[in-house]
Amino acid sequence: MASNGLCPSIKNILLLDSEGKRVAVKYYSDDWPTNSSKLAFEKFVFTKTVKTNARTEAEITLLENNIVVYKFVQDLHFFVTGGDDENELILSSVLQGFFDAVTLLLRSNVDKSEALENLDLILLCLDEIVDGGIILETNGPLIAEKVTSHNMDADAPLSEQTLTQAWATARDTFTRTLLT
Amino acid sequence: MAQPLVKKDDDRDDEAEYSPFMGIEKGAVLQEARVFNDPQLDARRCSQVITKLLYLLNQGETFTKTEATEVFFAVTKLFQSKDMGLRRMVYLMIKEISPSADEVIIVTSSLMKDMNSKIDMYRANAIRVLCRITDGTLLAQIERYLKQAIVDKNPIVASAALVSGIHLLQTNPEIVKRWSNEVQESVQSRAAFVQFHALGLLHQIRQNDRLAVSKLVSSLTRGAVRSPLAQCLLIRYTSQVICESGNNTQSGDRPFYDFLESCLRHKSEMVIFEAARAITELNGVTSRELNPAITVLQLFLSSSKPVLRFAAVRTLNKVAMIHPTSVTNCNIDMESLISDQNRSIATLAITTLLKTGNESSVDRLMKQITNFMSDIADEFKIVVVEAIRSLCQKFPLKYRSLMNFLSNILREEGGFEYKKAIVDSIVILIREIPDAKETGLLHLCEFIEDCEFTYLSTQILHFLGIEGPKTSDPSKYIRFIYNRVHLENATVRAGAVSTLAKFGAAVDELKPRIFVLLRRCLFDSDDEVRDRATLYLNTLGGDGSVVETDKAVKDFLFGPFDIPLVNLETGLKNYEPSEEAFDIDSVPKEVKSQPLAEKKASGKKPTGLGAPPSGPPSTADAYQRALSSIPEFANFGNLFKSSAPVELTEAETEYAVNVVKHIFDRHVVFQYNCTNTIPEQLLEHVIVIVDNSEADEFSEAFSKPLKSLPYDSPGQIFVAFEKPEGVPTLGKFSNVLKFIVREVDPTTGEAEDDGVEDEYQLEDLEIVSADYTLKVGVSNFRNAWESMGPDFERVDEYGLGPRESLAEAVNTVINLLGLQPCEGTEVVPPNSRSHTCLLSGVFIGNIKVLVRLSFGLDGPKDVAMKLTVRSEDETVSDAIHEIVASG
Repeated sequence: MASNGLCPSIKNILLLDSEGKRVAVKYYSDDWPTNSSKLAFEKFVFTKTVKTNARTEAEITLLENNIVVYKFVQDLHFFVTGGDDENELILSSVLQGFFDAVTLLLRSNVDKSEALENLDLILLCLDEIVDGGIILETNGPLIAEKVTSHNMDADAPLSEQTLTQAWATARDTFTRTLLT
Repeated sequence: MAQPLVKKDDDRDDEAEYSPFMGIEKGAVLQEARVFNDPQLDARRCSQVITKLLYLLNQGETFTKTEATEVFFAVTKLFQSKDMGLRRMVYLMIKEISPSADEVIIVTSSLMKDMNSKIDMYRANAIRVLCRITDGTLLAQIERYLKQAIVDKNPIVASAALVSGIHLLQTNPEIVKRWSNEVQESVQSRAAFVQFHALGLLHQIRQNDRLAVSKLVSSLTRGAVRSPLAQCLLIRYTSQVICESGNNTQSGDRPFYDFLESCLRHKSEMVIFEAARAITELNGVTSRELNPAITVLQLFLSSSKPVLRFAAVRTLNKVAMIHPTSVTNCNIDMESLISDQNRSIATLAITTLLKTGNESSVDRLMKQITNFMSDIADEFKIVVVEAIRSLCQKFPLKYRSLMNFLSNILREEGGFEYKKAIVDSIVILIREIPDAKETGLLHLCEFIEDCEFTYLSTQILHFLGIEGPKTSDPSKYIRFIYNRVHLENATVRAGAVSTLAKFGAAVDELKPRIFVLLRRCLFDSDDEVRDRATLYLNTLGGDGSVVETDKAVKDFLFGPFDIPLVNLETGLKNYEPSEEAFDIDSVPKEVKSQPLAEKKASGKKPTGLGAPPSGPPSTADAYQRALSSIPEFANFGNLFKSSAPVELTEAETEYAVNVVKHIFDRHVVFQYNCTNTIPEQLLEHVIVIVDNSEADEFSEAFSKPLKSLPYDSPGQIFVAFEKPEGVPTLGKFSNVLKFIVREVDPTTGEAEDDGVEDEYQLEDLEIVSADYTLKVGVSNFRNAWESMGPDFERVDEYGLGPRESLAEAVNTVINLLGLQPCEGTEVVPPNSRSHTCLLSGVFIGNIKVLVRLSFGLDGPKDVAMKLTVRSEDETVSDAIHEIVASG
């Protein structure tokens, strides 16, 4: 988004694999107008960070006048990018929220194949964290809850509820009681 | 909704690169999307297909217009399903496809229904989707619901509406502004994110109303904000209010500083950091105000979290540029960061230490930087180079090790910006530290032996041409320069030829050898290179023997080129081939005021190789042509200067008149541009009666009236005055417009036969000193100053009395003198107590003038100024002083 005044703004959120390929990405700024410029940015960010150890604590760097905070788990690389005048800790809180939510949604099996199999959850998760560059929520458990809150529509016939859905509902309730 | 898209196969573990999307193809997925049209919807399967479509889009696949439309229409069918998981995917899909305006209508009613659903999640998402795809007309229909949603008791719904409001404010501000009351209510929300979004929207609605923002800030700083993010916003708004309220630090207390300071004790690190950063960025922050912020940043330096360390060291690095002493307390913590795993943190720590450290630590720090220069990004390398440049200016004795470092990194890999920063730094060191010149030049020579950037090669060659001949042994550079003629592209070859010529002109002993080399260049494959070689062979004169070079030739080769390129370009375009050769002296030298965009960069320090700024095309030659078409003015000679138009009437009066002052050597011509703004009138025999009783050194020479001035078609009246030659004669003129009015019938456009005589009083007009000076920039003020010499230097000091600010005083003097500020010195850095401004220009009679102004604050508001003038004529130097003394 072009101008959000003084509001903190996120330029993009990237989830890449251990070779720098896209798992899921979302851009909120016009800085990278074409797919090839996006790919170039991802490749650049990936190669500049791949050698660092961002597994225990989130790491940070300044690339092409953007602040990038990142964290790696297994074969997944999480990135959040903001402008160079952005508060680093705000960016980091978005990264942490994204990371926590994904960990919950993938039931702690955070790796590429699990992420791809649950890509719908990951995409919904991105949608619930940032809207057009503006931060919607940074609390991981709350994001995960918003993604999975599929208590059946009251009008829907009971027969449509599959076993998985019933289980998911149960799990949500469980996570909620556990985390809040 | 946690069902996997593909059932896990037991044997899939063998395959390392397993992906549920392996071999996915757009065409096949679009086929699959037909299931959306099934009468009995299979929600799970539909979800899977949407995920596949989203996967394709996410990987950068694009849909054609028809494909997108087809998918969109199919997806809208899925609103029939009551499956919530599927509905979420439908929302996502609609946002990704972003349908066109005529397609939006299809989903509007479904989304509006969801907006009023009992289920919170439907309401929130439907609002976000609808606001994303809507246009102004639809927005008016749903405005009522959005207002409701803003104060919805569910925080997710309220946030969705508020965030959508922030986006819509860009496109439909008038609608969103009506929601002020609801937004204000939700600022009080207990939910953290609702408060954050509401505050963000409220501020944007009111951002153009300073008073409202100031009220908002002062009411909220009393402690109603709970959310850390909202608190960060509040800190940003507060520092904006502080900045706009200006500096009334007379009493010592800054409004709202206490609030910022109290945020340093907030429980959230995000807020603490935001407040610390805001304090360090305050305009004219004092060290007493700075200290609490530095203390918390210092604590962050030893945090276990890299993000925190990075944020703190980056902020301290900025503070160190302006207040190095305030940061010295953190030096011990910084030292330990030099070995930080994160190279960005280490670089920032070292460069901060370089700014705050003392001379003895330089060598040790340099050694440490060398170890990891290859690991860090170019951005950081530039930071290091800049730190080293300023260090070298601070400790000139250390130039040897610093120059060595620069030359080493110059040899390594790097992008253009990085290399340019290094070259600029070396050039600055060569200019400022005479001892460093010879080694520095040799480093540059080595660099161009293997330089991939044409721009840098040519700039270095140019620099060599000026500095090389002045060294103890100029001949050793010739080999490097002549190598370029063999090995490089045409642009660099041409540059090398010019540089060779400069050596030939400046060093008489080298001349025979240079001649041989230049003759070889006559056979170059490129026109420009050959042309230059021929030109230089001719201008250097002689036949290759050791003779002294003419002064005129030296001026041609080394003198500044003081004609703006655009003026030269228009001059050449206007020139028509004839017997008479093109005369370069006829090109006006005045630099027209630069557009704002160019000024952005002027706050920075002048870089070593900066080219002189070029002005936009001038109107001067247009005036020149207009004037020369009037035979009476033909013998006035060349136009020296035309002023900007001065309005002589108020806006929206019956007749609009402005005047342009044209200055010639012995004459002044006033060009009155008149416009008649009354449709019912036709003016005839329009003249301006000029009374010069307050300008008795002028005598009226000629007046050219205007025969008729119909409605809305501007006309010109000229009045010429004679004045003493070459002297800046001043005076005040009063003007009256005299004419015969004839009424016009607006329906037929015909004028009545009888006219009435009438007159119209215009405002007075003055000839001021600035009318006699031309803004002509010089590219290198220091060189120009030294070559002018102190023969006609005049120095004096003036008290300017109380002024609003230093910047205001500087501007006043610049405008008074009408000279061109050089090297960006017209910009006064905030909070400085003294400032030096460099001006250059040409005085009437074509006499060059250079002015050095040193301003200083004397007491709280009084400004004192030292004025040093150098020019080619002492009367002109005195005249400049008279301008200031009387102004």
